[in-house]
Amino acid sequence: MVPLSYYLLLSGFLFGCGVAGFLIKRNIITIFMSIELMLNGVNLSFVAFAAHWHALAGQVFVFFVMVVAAAEAAVGLAIIIAVYRTRETLNVDQVNLLKL
Amino acid sequence: MNPMLNLWLIPILPLAGAAINGLLGKTSSRRAVTTIALVFSGAAFAMALWVTMRFSSLSLPYHENLAHWIRSGSFTVDFAFYLDQLSLVMLLVVSGVGFLIHIYSVGYMWDDPGYYRFFSYLNLFMFFMLTLVLADNYLVMFIGWEGVGLASYLLIGFWFTKDSAAAAGKKAFIVNRIGDFGFLIALFLLIKHFGSLNFDQVFQSVMPLGAEKTGSGLLTAIGILLMVGACGKSAQIPLYIWLPDAMEGPTPVSALIHAATMVTAGVYMVSRSHVIFERAPIALTVVAIIGTSTAFFAATIGVAQTDIKKVLAYSTVSQLGYMFMACGVGAFSAGIFHLMTHAFFKGLLFLAAGSVIHAVGGEQDMRKMGGLRTKIPWTFWTMTAGTLAIAGIPGLAGFFSKDEILWRAYQASWAYWLVGLTTAFITSFYMFRLWFMTFFGEYRGEAQDHSAHDAHGGHGHGGIHESPRVMVIPLAILAVLSVMGGYVGVPGSLGGNNRFDKFLGPVFHGSAPADAQQSPMGEKSAPAQETEGPEPESGVSTELMFTAISVAAALLGLGLAWQLYYRNPHLPGKIAASMSGTYQTLLHKYYVDELYGALFVRPLINGSTRILWQGVDRKIIDAAVNDAGEGARHVSDEVRHMQSGNIRSYAGWVAAGSALVIAFMIWMWTGAR
Repeated sequence: MVPLSYYLLLSGFLFGCGVAGFLIKRNIITIFMSIELMLNGVNLSFVAFAAHWHALAGQVFVFFVMVVAAAEAAVGLAIIIAVYRTRETLNVDQVNLLKL
Repeated sequence: MNPMLNLWLIPILPLAGAAINGLLGKTSSRRAVTTIALVFSGAAFAMALWVTMRFSSLSLPYHENLAHWIRSGSFTVDFAFYLDQLSLVMLLVVSGVGFLIHIYSVGYMWDDPGYYRFFSYLNLFMFFMLTLVLADNYLVMFIGWEGVGLASYLLIGFWFTKDSAAAAGKKAFIVNRIGDFGFLIALFLLIKHFGSLNFDQVFQSVMPLGAEKTGSGLLTAIGILLMVGACGKSAQIPLYIWLPDAMEGPTPVSALIHAATMVTAGVYMVSRSHVIFERAPIALTVVAIIGTSTAFFAATIGVAQTDIKKVLAYSTVSQLGYMFMACGVGAFSAGIFHLMTHAFFKGLLFLAAGSVIHAVGGEQDMRKMGGLRTKIPWTFWTMTAGTLAIAGIPGLAGFFSKDEILWRAYQASWAYWLVGLTTAFITSFYMFRLWFMTFFGEYRGEAQDHSAHDAHGGHGHGGIHESPRVMVIPLAILAVLSVMGGYVGVPGSLGGNNRFDKFLGPVFHGSAPADAQQSPMGEKSAPAQETEGPEPESGVSTELMFTAISVAAALLGLGLAWQLYYRNPHLPGKIAASMSGTYQTLLHKYYVDELYGALFVRPLINGSTRILWQGVDRKIIDAAVNDAGEGARHVSDEVRHMQSGNIRSYAGWVAAGSALVIAFMIWMWTGAR
């Protein structure tokens, strides 16, 4: 039996990688993948707790997160394609019209 | 049980006229406006006459409750009307004289572009004045009280394009507000201590207050505060200053509002509240002193004025002082008697003065008149009647009422009598001065001067001419009333039976405090006039002697004026030059306007400018608003750099923010342990 803390550490590590990637990377697609990574890091902690406490709620929650993530992927990719079509770049630093 | 009189119709009729003329008058013809104005004010008068006819069959006082107004716990105020002998006299004076002045105005204002507006205001005034005199409680009276003030303001400033008229209107309104303030506080005191504003209820609660309560601070305070209100409305010291300026209004307005009716509202109110005043000797003394001093003071100013309307204005102030003197010595019915005769002769004098001004094309300066006797005979003869009446020449209205007041004043104190007598002499002098300067001697004006001093000239009339018939008829009627009006109250000493006093008797008598009736001082004590009865023989001869003295004073005034302004017209100038200090003081009205300016107006304006405007408003309120805006701008200037448009920096902020929140939560969780 792997102790709960290992799962949580891994979960935290995945989430941290996601945050780091989100902050550092310039390519929109990479950033997008970083977001997925964060979501899955959280998912891991959900299932870990669910298994540990023998509570199904956490696992059900994960399904919800996965559904939302899938929907988000669909919408997000569509946006990325739209951005690429209008600006011909995927570098977020050049998508900066929304400022004062 | 009383029949339904529908008293409420009396004030409502002129209101309807005012509304119709005010809303539709602009587009309708002068003839239509005239018809509406006269029909509605005439209907009010007709109704007043009808009420008079049925008066003897009523059980008094007659009440009429129109609608509920305020119901709050046990305190109620209704739209209700009240009729007794006192209201009836006022009702007839107001609607009758008012109607005559409406007729006169048709001629006087015919060429004015604001014709419809004038009649709308005039009818509005009638509405409020009739409400005032018919009110059943102090609050309905207060509606009328404020309303006549409004109408007065509108009519004084009728020629509002003229700066002086607009300023005079404002002055009248503001000075009146000071008086109204006192009146209001008196009403609050009545509500607080008697729980009612209804005349009957208040007086019934005041009536049983015995000797120990008589003269108590409460009633004295109420009395003095009511008198403050009356001072404002009736132009008494110290609030009389608005009335002379109010002469900026059209002359019929001066006649109606500032001589015959509105300014007497204070006298009416004090007389109506006589139950309170009789139990507050100090307040009554205040009334008497204010009245006496105003009578004297205003009369002396009147001597030096050269504007025909200003002389009459100061004369009005002075005569109102007489009325208050009468009230102050407890002779309320004498005050009301003088109020009535004064309405006749002063209304007449103003209308005649208007006719003179009309004749000479808008000139108001008496120094530029003279010799008008033969040119405008109707005006001359009617004005003569008015002058004789006000001067107290025997047989005319003013003689009886003034004589009555002086006699009653003497019974209270010889000082009142002496000042009153001196005033009678001065009154006679300045009125005959006006008369001689206007109608006798040589015409001193320029031949064809249309300088339009009254803003009323400018219509192409050729030379000095008599006024149209529509103006002369009211003059004639008022002249007859000025001559005959006094015979309703011929005192016992002159073979009459003082019917006027007896008529008002049920209102004023039998209400004085019980202890005063058995006062050992008898008739010398001020508020003890209910010891009426048949007067002893010695009293009659004394009274006759006093009558003779006041007649002598009037004749002396006449003689002096004749000597100075008819025989030797150059003498007044010399006298004025030799007593230039006194003369300048009188000419400048004792510098009271200047004094008030320095004492109240300028400090107020300076205080408002320096402290309230530049201090509080600009440095605190404006500054707070501006600084808040500036501050927000400065902060935003710094913070807006967060909005770089760079997604990764946003993400960084989000991460930093969530890190902060998590840190805070951990700290709280550990700290809570």
